[in-house]
Parts: sequence; C-alpha cells; structure tokens
Amino acid sequence: MVTLTDTTEAAREERAPSEPVLELRGVGKTFGNIRALSGIDLKVGAGEVTCILGDNGAGKSTLIKIIAGLHAPTSGEYRVDGEPVAFTSPRQALDRGIATVYQDLALVPLMPVWRNFFLGSEIRTGFGPFRMLDVAGMRRVAEEELGKMGIDLPDIDAPVGNLSGGQRQVVAIARAVYFGARVLILDEPTAALGVKQSGVVLKYVNAARDAGLGVIFITHNPHHAFMVGDHFVVVKLGRTELDAPRSELTLEELTHHMAGGAELDALEHELKRGEGEGR
Amino acid sequence: MSQTLTMRTPGPGQGGSEKRERVGRRSPLRRFLARPEVGSLIGAVVVFAVFFAVAEPFRQAASFSTVLYASSTIGIMAVAVALLMIGGEFDLSAGVAVVTSALATAMFSYQFSLNIWAGAALALALALGIGFLNGWILVRTNLPSFLVTLSTFLMLQGLNIAVTKLVTGSVSTDNVSDMDGFASARAVFASSIPVGGVDVRITVLWWLLFAALATWVLMRTRVGNWIYAVGGNAESARAVGVPVKRVKIGLFMTVGFFAWFSGMHLLTAANGVQQSGEGVGNELLYIMAAVVGGCLLTGGYGTVVGAVIGAFIYGMTRQGIVYAGWDNNWIMFFVGAMLLLAVVINMWVRNQTSKR
Ligand SMILES: Nc1ncnc2c1ncn2[C@@H]1O[C@H](COP(=O)(O)OP(=O)(O)OP(=O)(O)O)[C@@H](O)[C@H]1O
Ligand SMILES: [Mg+2]
Repeated sequence: MVTLTDTTEAAREERAPSEPVLELRGVGKTFGNIRALSGIDLKVGAGEVTCILGDNGAGKSTLIKIIAGLHAPTSGEYRVDGEPVAFTSPRQALDRGIATVYQDLALVPLMPVWRNFFLGSEIRTGFGPFRMLDVAGMRRVAEEELGKMGIDLPDIDAPVGNLSGGQRQVVAIARAVYFGARVLILDEPTAALGVKQSGVVLKYVNAARDAGLGVIFITHNPHHAFMVGDHFVVVKLGRTELDAPRSELTLEELTHHMAGGAELDALEHELKRGEGEGR
Repeated sequence: MSQTLTMRTPGPGQGGSEKRERVGRRSPLRRFLARPEVGSLIGAVVVFAVFFAVAEPFRQAASFSTVLYASSTIGIMAVAVALLMIGGEFDLSAGVAVVTSALATAMFSYQFSLNIWAGAALALALALGIGFLNGWILVRTNLPSFLVTLSTFLMLQGLNIAVTKLVTGSVSTDNVSDMDGFASARAVFASSIPVGGVDVRITVLWWLLFAALATWVLMRTRVGNWIYAVGGNAESARAVGVPVKRVKIGLFMTVGFFAWFSGMHLLTAANGVQQSGEGVGNELLYIMAAVVGGCLLTGGYGTVVGAVIGAFIYGMTRQGIVYAGWDNNWIMFFVGAMLLLAVVINMWVRNQTSKR
C-alpha cells in the first residue's frame, strides 16, 4: 500500500486542474418530510478521485443515486460537461458515461457471471428479428476483463450468487469500466471486504483514475479514502461538513472530521483514560 | 470499449497470469444435474414407467398421441406462463382469458357477420389488451401479480358468462362452424396430421414449435437475458438500464397472445360453439407445469423445456389414469402429488449442486 501512495503522489503533481466533468450546485433531496440532502456542492474532474465520507444515514447513497439518475434532486442544479441535465433513468446517466457500482452491486445473483457482465449492454449478432446474443464473444470478453483485474473465476457460467463479496465487487467494477465509463461511482466498495481484497479494489480505483476516469469513491473508512483520494467531501446529516483537496488535509484531520470533531475529542479523552487505568 | 485499463499489478497474487490457478470446471454430469429441469425429467420417466406397467392401452402409439394432445392443451399456455414466471410474475387470469378469446372470436364473427379470421383478429387485439392491462396495472401500482391478476381473473370469469348471456341469450355462443373461414381456422388450430401411421393433433406440433422458439428467445436473445434479470432482481436490472416495465408488460402480452391461440383451438375443436363457463382452474395447471419443470415461483430461474416436461407429466397422468381404468377423480390427486414431489426434488437437487 505504501508503494501505491508513492507512485500516485508523483502523478498528482503533474496534473493540471481540469474542467469538472460533473458538477452539483446546491443540490437537495427530500423524501416526504425526510430531508436526506440539502445544499450539496460537488465537482468531479477527469483523472481525479473524489472521496465522499460520512456516517450511516448521512446521505451518501442518496447523493450518488442522484448523480446516477435513480433519483431526481428536489432542489439545486446538476451539470454534466457544463450543461444542466435532468436524468429520468440510470440509462441516460450511463449514456453520458456516468456508471455506478452500487452498494448492492446491481448484479442478479441467479444469473451467470457473463450474463451479468453484459446485462443491459448485450453484444448481438445477426439481423432484424434474428438478432441474437453473441454468447461466445461475451463469455470471452467477460473472462478477459475479469482476468485483467486479477480474478480468474473457475466457471464463467457460475451464478454470481456463488462468488465471494470481493469477487462480486470486482465483477461490477470491471463491468462499469469496460463499458466506457468517464465517471465511475463506487458506493462503499470496500465495506464488506477483507484487507487483501480491499487492496485489490483500491488498486483498481487508482488504475481507473490513471486511465483518466473521474472516480467518486464513497466510504466509511478514512484510511481507504486517504490512500486513493485527491479530494475529500464529508457529508453529515445531509449537509457538507468538509470539502477540501488533499493538499489541505492530513489523515488525522480527515478522521477527525469524519467522527464529528468534538465528539471524537471526547472519545479520545475517554480512551486515553481507559488506557491509563489499564496500566 | 473506449479505454483500456492497464493495471500495473495484475492482481492479488502479483505473480501474473501464469501463476493463476484454476479451480477445475464443473464436470459435465454436475452441469447436467444443475439444470432446472432435472427433477421434472426424473418425474416424467417415473410416471411413464408406472403407467406403462399398469395400463395396457398406454403402450399403444395411438394413445401416446392422445397423451401428447392432452399435454399440449396445457403445454402451449405453460410456455408463456413459464416465461412470465421466470420474469418474476404469474397470471391467475390466464385460464379464463383463453375462454374469453374463444368467446370473443365467436361473438365478433357471428354478430358482425365477419369471416372467422376477422373475428379472430379482433379477439387477438382483445387478448393482447387484457395482457397489456394486467402488466400496466402491475407496473403502475407495484402491487403483487397475485392481486392484480386475481382481480382480472374474477372480472373475466364474470364477464365471460354475463356478456355471452347478454349477446346470445344463452350460456354458450351461437354456432359459427358454417361461417366463412371456419374450415381454414380449424385446419390451423385443431386438425390432425398423420405422422408415421398415427394421427397427431396439430396443437402438439404448435406446442413444440412455440417451446423451441421461446427457448431460443430466452437463452439466445437480449430480451431473454432481460427476462431472467427482471425476475432475478428487478432493481438491479433497472440500474443497469434494462427496461423493466416494458419487459413485464411484454410478458403479460405474450400470455395474452398464447391465450388467444389456445382460445382459437378451443373454439375450432369444439365445432364452433363455445361454453362461457369453462377455463376456471386451468391457470393453476399452467403454473403447476412451469413449477414442476423447475421454474422458481419467485422468478429469475427456470426453463421453457422444464415447463414442457411439466405439461407432459400432466398429460401422461391424466390419460394414464383413464387408460388404467381408475376413477377420473384421482387425476387431480396425482397431479397434486406430482407437483409436491417435483418441487421437493428440484429443491434438493438445487441444494446439492450449488455445494462445491
Ligand atoms: N427512498 C427513501 N425514502 C425515504 N427515506 C430515504 C430513502 N432513501 C434514503 N432515505 C433516508 O435518507 C437518509 C440518507 O440515507 P442514505 O442511504 O443516503 O445514507 P448513507 O449515507 O448512504 O448511509 P450508509 O452509510 O448506511 O449507506 C436516511 O435517513 C434514510 O433513511
Ligand atoms: Mg449507503
């Protein structure tokens, strides 16, 4: 993991600040009388990892569902490449190159890996009413793309439900990247993973950034965020609590903000006292 | 693809592809046993063996043709119902919708003095419309299909008799067998074709043709992929851009088409007079065939081939009991027992094969 941050630090210096691919201005969302989000500003540039952090129920998933076109914002403005958009379906967001790997992954457990990989973007051959799936081609591509990510599945025909959590995550990410995403949204991709598998996912986040994708990386874990992030946004109770580039922040500060500042101080105090008594 | 990601490190092993070890692919036998229709295949063999042993007439080719005919009358609808069930829904109105189509064809033709085919075209529009309405209400209200189609079932059941009485003054339609186009309609929907010295009812051929077509659609086309996906996880399917609502409505309309087709058979096979009170209960037989064939009631899993075998088991049981000279009332008992057995076997086989 150390080498990972080293190589990317150098790359980070070279990059000039780019035009945002995607921009939110004062976006809010209410569900009935629940205000899930309000006044959120966000810019995502190409070749940049934007980390969104926050506690359970802070509104992170709601935020990315707006970006992905699953929810329409109830207030504020959403721009892609500088022009305002109002997505009514995830398909429209996908067509603009905004791909999402959801917390629940959007995979169909009972379907084989290769069918899942191409679901919604199937390759077809033939003409008119006889257009059919290019089964051999899809199996081959799925196997290759997954191989590139370092998972070699025993059986590309196995239902996705038989894979491990990390493998499923990688299938979903590989799929989004393969289909030409410009912005890749990852909702807590490392939440259910072990150390080694988290490492694989983080490497892939890095690789996606280096390939020029804008990555939005949602996580609870400031360590994971700090390993790959260029820009950090902490959301708390539906509002922006912190919005800072990497250069203005240390891991300690980020952790501090995540836990809610003062609350953390109190906790730290308590823990120190506990330690003292233990000795 | 527009960008290719070049990973500096290929994966967790960091050793490159030559080091990746492959867990062996599943053996052909295991693959076969993992198919959804295995349970029903075993069931079919057992049922066949039993009636072959106990019922002498069952062994003749002519009676086998009758078995196939009985299977096809349920089987044609079971094809569509299996597709719908794989897509995560079921249709309780399918049984009476068949009769609605037959009644509509007869009444449209007779009342407007139309060629039977013109009446049939109007009935087709009606059948597709009923399917569309089922699907549309379902996707608009998000109610479970049990409730939506139970409502349609009850309404159609009432309408079938009430409208027939209003129009014809009796519980059956006027006889349309001497009207233009009836002979050709009968040839298409209810004739017999000699195959190797035995008369085979044409519905058997239609049944197998539809099953082959549906299997192709399901396994080899994009729509087929979408059907499995909306049944397996509608939310996930929507998130990757599958038009979930269109797929569901399309599936209900497919059931509508097949109901029309079966209705045309019913009318032409019954010499042009259709009783309005029929069809009730058949919807459960279609579902039974699909479930015996390995379709999951919860959707996303199953095959059309399974539903074909399920219908065949029904046909064998039904005719087998007649040939064995047993009381007809045992038919439903055995069909029910078969259903229970097949479901248990399917579940057991699925659990066994998903273990590694
Ligand atoms: N469809 C919905 N209807 C009503 N309320 C909702 C809906 N979706 C989210 N909320 C509410 O909005 C708030 C934010 O939820 P959200 O899922 O965005 O949180 P999150 O930050 O992703 O949390 P987690 O870390 O647990 O995933 C919560 O209070 C939640 O109850
Ligand atoms: Mg969430």
